[in-house]
Amino acid sequence: MGTDTIKKYEKEFLLGLYERMFLIREFEEQVKFLFLEGVMPGTIHQCQGQEATAVGVCTALNNDDFITSTHRPHGHALAKGVSPESMLIELFGGVTGCCKGKGGSMHIGDVDKGMLPAIAIVGGGIPLATGMGLAFKMKKTPQVVATFFGDGATSEGAFHEGINMAAIWDLPVVFVCENNFYGASTHVNKVTRLKCIADRAAGYGIRGETVDGNDVLAVYEAAQTAVQECRDGKGPVLLELETYRITGHSRRDACQYQPKEERERWKNNEPIGAFGRVLVTRDDVDEGDLEAIRSQVEQTVVSAIKVGRSAPEPTVADLLTDVYA
Amino acid sequence: MSERQLTMAMAINEAIGNEMRRNKELILLGQDIGPYGGTFGVYRGLYDEFGEDRVKDGPLCEAATTGFGVGLALAGMPTIVEIEFIDFMTLASDALCNQAAKMRYFFGGQVQIPLVVRTPIVNRLGLGAQHSQSLEAWLMHVPGLRVMVPSNATDAKGLMLSAIRDGNPCVFIEHVRLYGQKAPVPEADVPIELGKLRVAREGKDISLITYSGMVKPCLDAAEALAAEGVDCEVLDLRTLAPLDREGIWSSVRKTGRAVIAHEAVKTAGVGAEIGQTIMEGAFDYLQAPVVRVASRDLPIPTGTLQNLVFPDTADVVQAVKEVMQ
Ligand SMILES: Cc1ncc(C[n+]2csc(CCOP(=O)(O)OP(=O)(O)O)c2C)c(N)n1
Ligand SMILES: [Mg+2]
Repeated sequence: MGTDTIKKYEKEFLLGLYERMFLIREFEEQVKFLFLEGVMPGTIHQCQGQEATAVGVCTALNNDDFITSTHRPHGHALAKGVSPESMLIELFGGVTGCCKGKGGSMHIGDVDKGMLPAIAIVGGGIPLATGMGLAFKMKKTPQVVATFFGDGATSEGAFHEGINMAAIWDLPVVFVCENNFYGASTHVNKVTRLKCIADRAAGYGIRGETVDGNDVLAVYEAAQTAVQECRDGKGPVLLELETYRITGHSRRDACQYQPKEERERWKNNEPIGAFGRVLVTRDDVDEGDLEAIRSQVEQTVVSAIKVGRSAPEPTVADLLTDVYA
Repeated sequence: MSERQLTMAMAINEAIGNEMRRNKELILLGQDIGPYGGTFGVYRGLYDEFGEDRVKDGPLCEAATTGFGVGLALAGMPTIVEIEFIDFMTLASDALCNQAAKMRYFFGGQVQIPLVVRTPIVNRLGLGAQHSQSLEAWLMHVPGLRVMVPSNATDAKGLMLSAIRDGNPCVFIEHVRLYGQKAPVPEADVPIELGKLRVAREGKDISLITYSGMVKPCLDAAEALAAEGVDCEVLDLRTLAPLDREGIWSSVRKTGRAVIAHEAVKTAGVGAEIGQTIMEGAFDYLQAPVVRVASRDLPIPTGTLQNLVFPDTADVVQAVKEVMQ
């Protein structure tokens, strides 16, 4: 992320990226405390350290473009514009949550915002995205689907099958691999002989690209190009975004498999701090602007938590709704 | 001398470890089963002892992993595949149900398939619809498969030894709530004959027929009902395939009444099979209709709603009272 790149863009746009990434971070940190307090049911898979992938990709999408997501969906949802309140209510199991309190953390999403509620079967969202891409193509709408999945998911048959089908039918699907180098405890080097996952694109006859996933502008630009190719009928594209989860895989994970030195290195390169450091090299941005954004976001999250805590719980009557059409 | 107590996770670990020491060809396949010890820690220590050649930590690909297991077994290497949640058995089911289960038969008996697929039911934790199911009835429905459903550490060890030595594809269904529960476990390796239920509590008024996670609630219900003068017999099926029909008949012929309890949804569940089994072998002895206690026919919601879906001790007590009237 160069100081040159940063000059190409409007200040408001850049601060918007910063705000979105910080919203994800703050949301995740507060949710982590709520889980540790034991006031939230279930488990969580969080994305601290991976904010730039979600924000970079979703910023390149229109409101009516779609994303599919995974067991680690909070960042994707916030980046695509799902409201923090509706997500917090959902996490608290409230009936006014984005999935009426029935889905929980692993199924966060809002169709109206262009996010299919998340699929918690690893790789499970990939073929769905291909199907949605086919629908958009057949309906001749200009919509694009971006499907998020992890490095671990690329070993699932669903990855191969989904991407191959999208390739042979030239579908408007951006396959977004968030390579955080681990699938649960397993390092990516143990599950593929390839140096980079983007190399797999060649096997499907499509374009693939490896991008610094902690550089929000690099992600944004790569996603924008990929989305445009998809809109022009030249898709699909495989984007590999290299990033790192600076938190546990799930609530109880102590990350013993992450070497300390590696973890520290990535922590020092976490995307929000890195972006902030470049932002303030602009003449018209200073640390005060960033501070103002952060405190405003903190307020947003605090009030969303309040709403979440006090949301009405579903009742027996709600139990039986939405099983069938 | 007090008997040695082990948790169910430790008992399974011990059975597998001992078999691996005895049979140098037995290997383990799965995800996160290496240094991490498996998603729920059942394999703790095995990687250190047996190394990566025998504790094979592989990529995320349940369909293929199960297929590899079938291949290994066909080539004479007994194999245990771990599927992290029973919900993901849908991915494993082609290799298991279309292939392993039928092969010996359609190959005219040419092959052995010493394969065990271990997988846990993980419910009541608020993990949502894709991480909360009890799919044992699907598996029981496939001729050629064995299905074990231990409810305690003692049985888990003996049944695991039998499963490994059985030579047929076995699905060994564990339960996350039971992993930490202790029971006396013999140091000696004593296999438990498959297809023999265990009378967990003797009684003369009514038979409570159950397995896995519902055995404890049924025993608790029996205690509560004893105070009211109802003497319940509790049957722990231990294996669903083979099903101990004789054991069920002999209990119901004695008591004349039956309640069947499981955590899986009601429709076309194991309870339906047992109910009809009773009709076929103990109808003339019945003094009241057989009643089923099961989950409601719904995808499992998160949040507080899940409590309305799963059956508990109170539901068993109520069902027994209904039948006793
Ligand atoms: C089919 C399937 N297998 C296993 C799991 C359990 N599981 C949940 S997340 C995960 C690791 C996924 O790794 P990756 O795709 O790299 O995504 P990340 O967690 O790193 O975001 C596993 C094994 C699952 N949810 N679905
Ligand atoms: Mg990963």
